Amino acid sequence: MFYYIFRRVLMMIPTLIITSALIFAIIEAPPGDYLESYIAELKAQGEAVDNARIEYLREEYGFNKSPIERYFTWVSGMLVGDFGYSFAYELPVTAVVGDRLFLTVVVSIATIIFTWLIAFPIGIYSATRQYSWGDYGFTFLGLLGIAIPNFLLALVLMYLANVWFGTSIGGLVDPEFVGQPMSWPKFMSVLSHLWVPVIVIGTAGTAGMVRRIRANLLDELQKQYVTTARAKGLHPFRALVKYPLRMSLNFFISDIGSLLPAVISGAEVVAIVLSLETTGPLLIAALQKQDMYLAGSFLMFLSLLTVIGVLISDIALAWLDPRIRLSGGVRK
Amino acid sequence: MTLPANATPLPHTVSDRPFDPDAIYQFTDAQKALFEASQLRLMWWKFKRHKPALISGIFLAVLYFSILISEILAPYNLETRNSKFIYAPPQSVHLFHNGEFVGPFVYGFDFKLNMDNLKREYVPNPDKVQPIRFFCSGEKYKFWGLIEGSFRLMCPAKNGTLFLMGTDRLGRDVLSRIIYGARISLTIGLLGVGVSLVLGVVIGGLAGYYGGLFDTLSQRLIEVIQSLPSIPLWLALAAILPITWSPIVVYFGITVILGLLDWTGLARTVRSKLLSLREEDYVSAAQVMGANDRRIVFRHLVPGFASHLIATATIAIPTMILGETTLSFLGLGLRPPITSWGVLLTEAQNINAVALYPWLLWPVAPVILVVLAYNFFGDGLRDAADPYK
Repeated sequence: MFYYIFRRVLMMIPTLIITSALIFAIIEAPPGDYLESYIAELKAQGEAVDNARIEYLREEYGFNKSPIERYFTWVSGMLVGDFGYSFAYELPVTAVVGDRLFLTVVVSIATIIFTWLIAFPIGIYSATRQYSWGDYGFTFLGLLGIAIPNFLLALVLMYLANVWFGTSIGGLVDPEFVGQPMSWPKFMSVLSHLWVPVIVIGTAGTAGMVRRIRANLLDELQKQYVTTARAKGLHPFRALVKYPLRMSLNFFISDIGSLLPAVISGAEVVAIVLSLETTGPLLIAALQKQDMYLAGSFLMFLSLLTVIGVLISDIALAWLDPRIRLSGGVRK
Repeated sequence: MTLPANATPLPHTVSDRPFDPDAIYQFTDAQKALFEASQLRLMWWKFKRHKPALISGIFLAVLYFSILISEILAPYNLETRNSKFIYAPPQSVHLFHNGEFVGPFVYGFDFKLNMDNLKREYVPNPDKVQPIRFFCSGEKYKFWGLIEGSFRLMCPAKNGTLFLMGTDRLGRDVLSRIIYGARISLTIGLLGVGVSLVLGVVIGGLAGYYGGLFDTLSQRLIEVIQSLPSIPLWLALAAILPITWSPIVVYFGITVILGLLDWTGLARTVRSKLLSLREEDYVSAAQVMGANDRRIVFRHLVPGFASHLIATATIAIPTMILGETTLSFLGLGLRPPITSWGVLLTEAQNINAVALYPWLLWPVAPVILVVLAYNFFGDGLRDAADPYK
């Protein structure tokens, strides 16, 4: 087991190296750099462009060096915990992201709990009553959740929340609480805003999860040990929960890996529509403005989390299910 | 699977001695039909039984046919601006006027500018009965930009209007724009899946059949691509497309981007299928009979998972349609004058549109319908392609 974990950790290294190169290439690829768009912006506003200052900035941020040199500066910086500097915010990347992290985590965890609370009962219901009207109905609802573009659902729900409950448009708190310390009324205000993003982000995920719980549980329910358990007179609920449900949860554990980055990134597009102060819109804006260290380091951080998440779920799977072989993986 | 080191494969031989398959057991005609049916025919039989999939398939076929004749179906041209009817609400179709049967018609609008809030108000005027003309000569168009024509399925009455889904901020008919938008929205998914299918089959196929270093490398690459969040990646790639490109080139660029990020799942499927299939007895048999790699792959292995592959690809199409919608919504996808459903929805992206001009949300209806139809159709195809069900 220890050897397995050690090997898996070693395998992460080449993956992360390729990832960092890929991310850097993608961020470098659009023509121009942040300074160029900065100069253009200054000119558009009719302000004088101080050439000496531009030269200084170019020097300072290393735009005069070759991309390969910059790549190595960036990577070696990250190794010692220096994620670079955001041009647009004129702050270190860690400070910019850190400000928004708390809210992002709140929204994400609320969404995950919502998804689980809805998806598990429905998935189990659909699997135990396959081809019933309820099963068809939930399947259709789930597909509908996938089919409606998220940003549109967000807009419509935000509008309805405003019309029905008088919730203010956009953001996570009423305007009068912005910048106030946390208090009971502020907390209630957050709660009244939270349900829109949670439902919108949750719908698509819930639909996918219901389908997978249903499929996995159906596979298990067909097996002979379930028939045996029933024949021996085990209570139907126990005969469902004790073994088949537990066995069908393997997929769920392997999903935990992808949860980790999702918690941090937040659903970008929905967050933009609802003007939530989460990290998603920050990342999108950074990509659009070519704020390259902010975008690059954040993407890198996300993929690091994915890799760690996959590692955690692999270890958990190997630990929970002895049938999963440690040496060969999936290969024959 | 592998021959001993010093052995050479035999020349490829298939015995041509006469062989009577019915020598041992006589089959009934029905059994014969079943046993002799090709894989495609078996799939079709199974597919027909899946009613939602069949209906979805027909629905999609009709839609794809419609994009061939968009000009004829739409009552207006894509860019026709009715400057007197900006943000006009949908006109509903009536059949009876004052208890008298007139046939399908709409009431013309009276326009008034509300001086309190400067909102344009359109009131249907019950005196203006404007019968809808069918199979008529309407506004001139250029069929596929080539042939001039004016024949349309339905047109507004002379000097009348026909806005069944209202108009947008330039007074363009929303229904007509949806009909034209189908051209882009429906094909972008197909082309994107085409790109990802080619990449997935080639890379996954090489990795699965030859294994070794290429396999390890491609697996790492797939892992890397899958570990990156998709929307930022789309954005970053879409930002690479130069602004100077013409809209039609951008359209192809976007399809390639959508395809570039989607092939990983397909490549994994192909690889794992090949890995399991190449251990099958019939592959070993072909090998000892001396068939070369190309023959084994294309003659024996590809037919084994082609149907499954097509079903998987079908299910990926709606993701691409939604992806285009999202990219266009963020202003990084297609740009006018190219009109897709996603581009149309960018008009409805603020809360004002939802509150004041809800008919601008109509383009979401075809998006939902098409995504649903593709999901059912793909499910049916996948079930039909699975020989063990």
